[in-house]
Amino acid sequence: MIFDIAVLGGGPAGMAAATEAACGGARVALLEESPAPGGQVYRAPPLGFVTKPDRDRQEGDALRAALAASGATIHTGCRVWGLGGGPLVPEGQANTPFSLSALAADGAPFTVQARALILCCGTHERIIPFPGWTLPGVIGLAAATILLKAQGVLPGRRVVVAGAGPLLYAVAAKLLTGGASVAAVVDAATQVEWLRALPALAARADLLAQGAVWRAKLLAARVPILAGAQVTAAEGDNALKRVRVGERIIEADALCIGHGLVPATEATRTFRALHVHRPEDGGWVPVLDAHQRTSVPLLYAAGDGAGVRGAAAAPAAGRVAALTALQDLGIHAGAPERLSTENAALARARRAGAAMARMMALRPAMIEAIPPETIICRCEGVTRAKIEEAAAAGAGTINQLKHFTRCGMGPCQGRMCGEAAGALLANARGVSVADLGFATGRIPLRPVPMASILGDFDYADIPVPAPAPI
Amino acid sequence: MKARFDAAVIGAGVMGCATALFLARGGMRVVLLDRGEICREASGVNAGTLTMQMTRAALIPYALHAHEMWMNMPAWCAGGDVLATACPGLSVAFTDAEAAMLEERARIRREAGAPIELIDGRAAQVIEPGLADGVKLAGHCPIDGFASAYLTGRAFRAALQEAGVTLMEAIPVRGIDGRFVLDTPAGVIAAQRVVLAGGVWLEDMAAWLGVTLPIKVLINQLVVTERLPPVMRTVLGVASGLLSLKQYANGTVLIGGGWQGIGDRARGGLAVRPENFLGNVRLAAHTVPALRNARVVRSWLGLEAETADALPAIGPVPGIDDAWIIGSVHSGYTSGPYMGRILAQAILGEAPELPLFPINRLLQERSNAI
Ligand SMILES: Cc1cc2nc3c(=O)[nH]c(=O)nc-3n(C[C@H](O)[C@H](O)[C@H](O)COP(=O)(O)OP(=O)(O)OC[C@H]3O[C@@H](n4cnc5c(N)ncnc54)[C@H](O)[C@@H]3O)c2cc1C
Repeated sequence: MIFDIAVLGGGPAGMAAATEAACGGARVALLEESPAPGGQVYRAPPLGFVTKPDRDRQEGDALRAALAASGATIHTGCRVWGLGGGPLVPEGQANTPFSLSALAADGAPFTVQARALILCCGTHERIIPFPGWTLPGVIGLAAATILLKAQGVLPGRRVVVAGAGPLLYAVAAKLLTGGASVAAVVDAATQVEWLRALPALAARADLLAQGAVWRAKLLAARVPILAGAQVTAAEGDNALKRVRVGERIIEADALCIGHGLVPATEATRTFRALHVHRPEDGGWVPVLDAHQRTSVPLLYAAGDGAGVRGAAAAPAAGRVAALTALQDLGIHAGAPERLSTENAALARARRAGAAMARMMALRPAMIEAIPPETIICRCEGVTRAKIEEAAAAGAGTINQLKHFTRCGMGPCQGRMCGEAAGALLANARGVSVADLGFATGRIPLRPVPMASILGDFDYADIPVPAPAPI
Repeated sequence: MKARFDAAVIGAGVMGCATALFLARGGMRVVLLDRGEICREASGVNAGTLTMQMTRAALIPYALHAHEMWMNMPAWCAGGDVLATACPGLSVAFTDAEAAMLEERARIRREAGAPIELIDGRAAQVIEPGLADGVKLAGHCPIDGFASAYLTGRAFRAALQEAGVTLMEAIPVRGIDGRFVLDTPAGVIAAQRVVLAGGVWLEDMAAWLGVTLPIKVLINQLVVTERLPPVMRTVLGVASGLLSLKQYANGTVLIGGGWQGIGDRARGGLAVRPENFLGNVRLAAHTVPALRNARVVRSWLGLEAETADALPAIGPVPGIDDAWIIGSVHSGYTSGPYMGRILAQAILGEAPELPLFPINRLLQERSNAI
C-alpha cells in the first residue's frame, strides 16, 4: 500500500502534522523512534510509570490523544534507516513515491511508501567541546531530559547544569524535584541577554511563567547561578569528579551540559533539498517557502528540524505542512481559513521561539576558547589542532575536512561534532561557515545492524549483474 | 595571448594530479584546475583496492608498476601518504560456474603477468581465516592491497605545491578557445599544452576541442561498517568481480564491488538502489560471515568512466597538437599514478616506459582542429 502522506518523527510537529493530515482525509503513516509519540519535550513516561502530570505532560497528552483518534497508522519504537524515492530516481525519470526503510521495535524490517513526506525530525543537541567533555558523567541536557522524563532516573547526586537556553533551568528544576542536589547552574547567557529576550518572550506569557517557576525553585534551594560563565574543564580519572568554571572548582558526579540545539537535516540533505546556513535557526536548515515546502516537490519540513523555534511553534508548523500537503496532493482543496489561522499562530509562537533560539545559537567565543588538544570529533579522535592543521594543509570545505582528518566519518556521522568542526574550520580559513558547505547526506540515517537487513537468502538468489570484461 | 603555463591539466583526480606532478618534475610550469576540490570525485571516494584480480588483463603490467608506486608513495610524493597496505588478494568461487569463470580469468591475468595461483577452499581459509565455508576454488594473488582513498587529495597536495604546480580548486573550466585559452570564472588561463583529465566528464571536455568521445558513466555504490575487531586480513572478492572487501587498520570494513546506484554526470552519485544495496551486503555477509554482526554506518556513491571498449583513453588528442587526454582506466585508482607518469613522459618528449592507449580507436567523428 502506498500512503498519501508519511510523517517522519513524532514530536509535537509530527503529531500535529499526522493528525491534521489524517483528519483531512489522507491515508497517513507516522514513524517515530521512541516507544511513544511525544518527542523530546512531550516525552511520554514508560508504561506503568507514574510521573506527576506537569504542563508539558498535559500538552503532550492532548496531542497524543488527538493523534490516536485521527486514524493515522502509527509506528513507534521503529528505527528509520533508509530513505529513497521522491527525487532520488535515475536521470529523466519522474519522481516516485518516497520510501522509508525501517526496523520495527522487534527488529523486523519494513518499508513505508508515501506520495508525500513531512519531515519532523527535531534536533540534535549541540555540545561545544571543552577539556574532559568525553568523561563518563558528562551528559547532554537533552540526554538528561530523557533520563528524567522517560525513566525518572537521576544522572547523578550532585550535578552541575551548564550551557545555554531555557533547557538549562528546566533540567535544573527537574533535578531538584527528583531529589538531586544541583551544585551550580552555569549559564553562558548574561543577565543582560535574558533581559533583552524579555519583550519577545512576552508574547508567550505561559513560557515566561514557566521560566519564573523554575527560577524560583532554584532560588529557594539556594542553587548558585553563574551567569555569563562557562565550564572550562571537566576533571576526574575514570569518571567526573570536578567541574572547573574559570578559577572556580565545583565538586560534582554529573555534568549536564548543552549549548543549544541543531536542526536534524540528515533527511533533507539525503533528498538533496536546498539548504541555507542561518545561525539564529540553529545552523543549516532546509530552505522552505511560506507553507513549509522544501525545494523538493512533495517534501515538507516542520518543527525544530526546519529551524529551532521551540515546542510551542512546532504543532502549528506541522499543521501548516499537512494542510499544504493535502492541497498539493489534491486530497483536500481548500482550508484557507485554517491555513491562515495556523500560519498566524505559527508567526506568534515563532517570535518567542526566535528569542530563545538566538540565545541558544552557537557562541563564537566558546569556539575560540577550545584548547588545541581538545577532542572535537569523539568518534574519530580528531582534535582542534588536527582540524587547524588540515585547514592549513588546504582543507577548505566540510567534505574535504572529512577526507583530510576523518572528522565526522564515525558512527555519529558528524551529528555531534559537525558544528564545532565547521566553526573551527571557518575561523582557520577566514571564511564563514556557509562557505564550507555541509556533509553530503547518505543513508543509513542511523547505524543499522547488518543482520537485521540481510534477511534469509540463498547465495544463488543474489542477483549478480554481468561481470566486467576481462 | 602569452601563455603563462607550459601545461594546463584540467581535472584534479588521481590521473590529473599524477600527470601534473610528473610534468612539473620534468621542468614544466603547470597549472592544475578542478571545478571542485582535489580528489573529491572518483579518486577520493573509491574503494581503494589496489588489485590485480579486478584489473583488466591488458592493464596488469601497468597495475604492477603502480602497486609499487602506491606502496612507497611517501618517497616520490613528498611524504604524501594514503596508508597503502600490501596484503594477499583472494578471488573466490562458491559455484561451479564461478569456478569456471575464475579459472579462465586467472589464466588470462597470469599470462598478463599477475602472479595468481589457484587454490582450494581450505587453503584459502588458511590465508583468510574470516572466509566462509563452501569455497570451491580461489585465486590467490600475493601482490594485492588497499589504500584509504579519501586521503588521496591531501597526499598529492603538498607534493604538487613543492613541485611548483599552481593548484586551482573550485575553478570550473567552461571551455577552451583557441590554442589553448581556458575559459574560467576566474578569468582566462593560457597554456601551451592542455591535458584533459576529467573522469566521467571527459566527454564534455573532449567536446571543447571538437572531439566526440562517448564516455559511459558507472555509478558505483559503497558501504562501510563501524569499527570491528579484526574479521579479515586480505582483499577479498568473488570471481565475478562483484565484491570487494577489506578491513582497514581502524577496524572499518569497506564493502564494494561495482554495484550500481542512481546518479548521473549532472547530479553526481545520488542514491543507492535498495536492491543493489541488499545484494551487495548479502554477498559480503555470505563471504565473511562475521560481518553479520556489524553495523552499517554509511553508504556512498561515486562515478567511474568507461570507454566503448572499456580500455583507457590515454594519449594525444588526434589532430590537435599539444592536447592530451587521460582517463577511463578500469580499476583506475590502482593504475592511476603510473598512468600519469607515462603520459607525462610522452608529453615531455620522452618515450613512455609502457605504451599509451591512444583514442583514435574510439572516435566516431571529429571536426577540424582548432
Ligand atoms: C565508487 C568507486 C569505487 C571504485 N573502486 C576502485 C577500486 O577499489 N580500485 C581501483 O583501482 N579503482 C576503483 N575505482 C575507479 C577509480 O576510482 C577511478 O578509475 C579513478 O579514480 C579515476 O580517476 P580520474 O582522475 O580519471 O577521475 P576523477 O577522480 O573523477 O577526477 C576527475 C576530476 O575532473 C574534475 N572536473 C570535471 N569537470 C571539470 C571542469 N569542467 N573543470 C575542472 N575540473 C573538472 C572533477 O571535479 C574531478 O575532480 C572506483 C571508482 C568508484 C567511483
